[in-house]
Order: sequence, then structure tokens, then C-alpha cells
Amino acid sequence: MNDALYDQAIIAEARSKTGAGRLEAPSITAECDNPLCGDRIALDLLVDGGKVADIAHKTRGCLLTQASASLLARHAKDASAADARELRDAVSAFLHGKDDERFAILTPVRNAKSRWDCVTLPFQALSDAISDLEKRS
Amino acid sequence: MNELRQDFPAYDTADGAFHFLDNAATSQICRPALEALVEFETNDRANVKRGVYARAERATNAFASARKAAAFFINAPSPDEVIFTSGATLGLNTAAHILQHHLESGEVILVSELEHHSNLVPWQLAAERRGAKVRAIPVTDDGRLDLDKLDDLADRVKIVAVTHTSNVTGAVTDVARLRSFCDATGALLVLDGAQRAPHGPLDVQALGCDMYAFSGHKAFGPTGIGVLWGRYDLLDSSPPFLGGGEMIRRVSIERSTFAPPPHRYEAGTPPIGGAIALAAALEWSMSQDWAALGAQERDLTEKMLNGLSDMCGCRLYGPTGTQQRVGVVSFELEDVHAHDVCQLMDSDHGVMLRGGHHCAQPLMDRFDTVATVRASLAPYSDQADVDALLNGLEAVRRKLA
Repeated sequence: MNDALYDQAIIAEARSKTGAGRLEAPSITAECDNPLCGDRIALDLLVDGGKVADIAHKTRGCLLTQASASLLARHAKDASAADARELRDAVSAFLHGKDDERFAILTPVRNAKSRWDCVTLPFQALSDAISDLEKRS
Repeated sequence: MNELRQDFPAYDTADGAFHFLDNAATSQICRPALEALVEFETNDRANVKRGVYARAERATNAFASARKAAAFFINAPSPDEVIFTSGATLGLNTAAHILQHHLESGEVILVSELEHHSNLVPWQLAAERRGAKVRAIPVTDDGRLDLDKLDDLADRVKIVAVTHTSNVTGAVTDVARLRSFCDATGALLVLDGAQRAPHGPLDVQALGCDMYAFSGHKAFGPTGIGVLWGRYDLLDSSPPFLGGGEMIRRVSIERSTFAPPPHRYEAGTPPIGGAIALAAALEWSMSQDWAALGAQERDLTEKMLNGLSDMCGCRLYGPTGTQQRVGVVSFELEDVHAHDVCQLMDSDHGVMLRGGHHCAQPLMDRFDTVATVRASLAPYSDQADVDALLNGLEAVRRKLA
């Protein structure tokens, strides 16, 4: 069952490294750790007019975290604060069984509860970044 | 097949694809321990030190015998120096609670970069409470305590609290050298024996330590039980850690006086079945030929080390030889995350490994890494386990690297 975790779609999404790197002048940076394994994501956002104009992440983690960070970079572009929180809640709801096309390639992770935090980590970083930004303004 | 597997119920129904190499996290329970647990819970289950009926007497006697067996296993001078805890973590927290009363502001607790968080965080908390400092013995490139640096670290050291055996590198600590250091400085010596206890009986008197903690579940006993041994005068020098039943002498609304050790540190109903089953596991251990088991472990460790060294893109952490170490081996595959390795090794190859920081983040920092894969042996490990490990890793590397 868990072998499906490493099917080609997830590996390809991780390898795509979508959004990998750092922004030169981010509006906000959030760092998030997975205390289970020490994995870490540093997420840079450039926010313009209340929307995510650009996004980049430096992800030190397993394939699942890297695939999830790539998915995040795809879906968080142009997101408002409300959209960002919706994304975080949606990935969690997806893992609990709610169908959602955006996360379809992560379906095998549903059966590996010990790895759910790997997938939610980037989305938590996004939510943290938005909250920090709101606190600041 | 390793004949010792007959003593381990986990192997009764296991098929060929059961390669349990996460023994440094939790070993399998041995049959005498499981049988003792069932026997107690079935025929003698009652609270201890209370009831006057025969069943309660049997429970009380079995619990007292368990304490004697634990004392015998570590060669403690007296069973009254043996405290039953929930595991090494509670043991080390209790040790830190007791010894903090010997700390003055500005004095130093010497730990090491090799420590499991269980033997680091309790001392940080104790230091904070007493205005003391925590200092660390560095670690050599091959994952051992760098004891050549001891003399530079000696100033105001009051407590030395280090691992007897590393849960990441498998290195066994040169305790004699630490004992000399403690004699010269007057420091107290605490050893975390969680990884040493599964490798045969111990002698706390010969080691010359002042306190020693270990867990039952890593030493072929049940979960939820462990042992803290301490010199009686030290145990008697501190107020209790936790309050409750079974640890008092006299209680009024205003104040209480406390029972002598070890009961002072065993508030509430103890894990009676766990203690009795642990005693059975320790007796099983004491009946083994550890010279032969040690040779078997060194042989399998050498095969693991050789196979991993030959593997393309594999980085080993810890000692490269088989002396003064146990069969705990940590490594990384280039460009493949430890958790990805562990997941595939289980699902595709039936090999159970641990990946992560192993509750030793300072050591991960020292090695400039985040997470390693760890394979750890037990007396029931065999050549087929090592073959499955090495063949499986090759396949994982081909799939993901």
C-alpha cells in the first residue's frame, strides 16, 4: 500500500521543484519545522494588493514534503489571505477523505497517517506567513 | 534462522519478510516476560503493599522479587536503591530532580553532544531551576565522546550526565575515564543506560557511577516500565519528585512526611505487572551466553558496515570498527531522505528501520545533517536481516536516487 506513496506522479511533482528557491525581497518569510524528523521549509511570499504575487520555498525534507511544497507553489499564486487559509484547511480535509482535484496526486498519503505532517508542513508555513503579515500591518 | 527466535513470540507467526531492525527504539518482548505478565494479570492481580488477602500477598511478594531481580541485573548493592519508573525518560527526570539539590548557582552540569533528548532536556530544566549551567562534551568525527577535551571542561562541574551507549552511533562510552574525571573534580556521575541494558547484565558498582537509568521495552521487557538506580545516600538526600499514595509516612492536611527510598519516588500504584515482566526479561537476559551473543552482534555489525561502505552514495555516521560499540548503525543515502528510505524499506522489503533525528538534534547539528537512517540489531537478528537490509537499500537507491 505504502509503495504507492512513491508512484511516479508524486516523485515527478517533488522533482519539478516548482517554486524552489528564495525571493530577493519577500514581504514575509515563514519557517516551519516538522518536529518528528527535523524537516524544515522556509517560505517567502511577495504580497501585492492583498494577494500573493510571488512565492518561493527552500524545502529540506522528504519526497512527500517536496511534492507538497511544489503543489503549494502552484496553487498559492494570486491567493488572498482567505484563499491561503482555505488551502491549508483543504489539504487537511483532503487527507481526511474529502475529494479535491488540486491534491489528487497525494491520494496514497491518506493511508499513511504518520506522513500527513510531511504534506501539511508547506501549507502550514503559508498560513503562518499570512498571519504574521496581518499582525504586522 | 537464529534459534533464539523461539524465545520471542513476535517470530511465532512472522514470515520471511519480517526483518525487525529498529531494536534501538523498542525491542521485541521475550516469551518469559510475556508469560510472566499474563500470569500476574490472570492469577495474582491485586494492588501491592495494601491488601491482606492471599492474592494481594502474592502480588506484593512478586513485586518485591522483581525489585531484587532488577538489583541483581545491575549488581546494585541493595534492592532499596532500585526505583521502578515508566522508562529511562522518567528515570533521568527523577535523577535530575534529586541531584538538583546538590547544585549551587553557577555550577555546571556536563552533558554531551551525543545525548538523547531524554538525557539533555531534564538537565536543562534542572539547571534553569538552580541557576546552574549546562556544558557539553564534544563528539569526535566517528561519533564518540571526545574525552580528550574533558580537562578543558572541568571548571565548576558538579554533575556529569552522559550516555553509556549512543542511540545513534552505537559508541560505548569509556566510563572508567569519566569516573577518574569525577574523582578528580568531585562531580556526580549519571549514566543513561537505555541502549546498554539490552546487551546483557551490568555492574553499576564496577562502573562507579552514582545513578543509572534504563528502559524495559528496549531490553526485551514490556513497555511502560524502567529502572532508576541511585546510591542510597543520594536517593535519601532529596524530597519526592511526585506526590501521591504509596510514597508517604504520615499525611495531614498541612503537611506530609515521606517514605524512605525507593518508595518515596514511586507515587501511586506502581506498574506492577510491568515490573514483574521486566524482571522475567532481565532473568532471561542473565541466562544468555553474552560472549557468544556479543560475537554474533559484532559479526553482523561488521557485515552491515562493510555493505554500507561499499554502497554508492552511502554516508556512515559513527565508529567504523566493531570494538567498543553495539550493533546500532546510522547512515544516509545521498539525495534520498531518511523517511523515504524507511517507508520503502518496509513496504517493499519488509525491513523495519528508523529514520529521523533520533531525538538527538544536537548530534544531527554536529554532523551537519537533519535525519539519518538507523539499523539496530538484537540477539535474534540474523544474516537474512542484514542481507535484506543491504539488498533493499540498493533497490531503494535505484528507485529514488
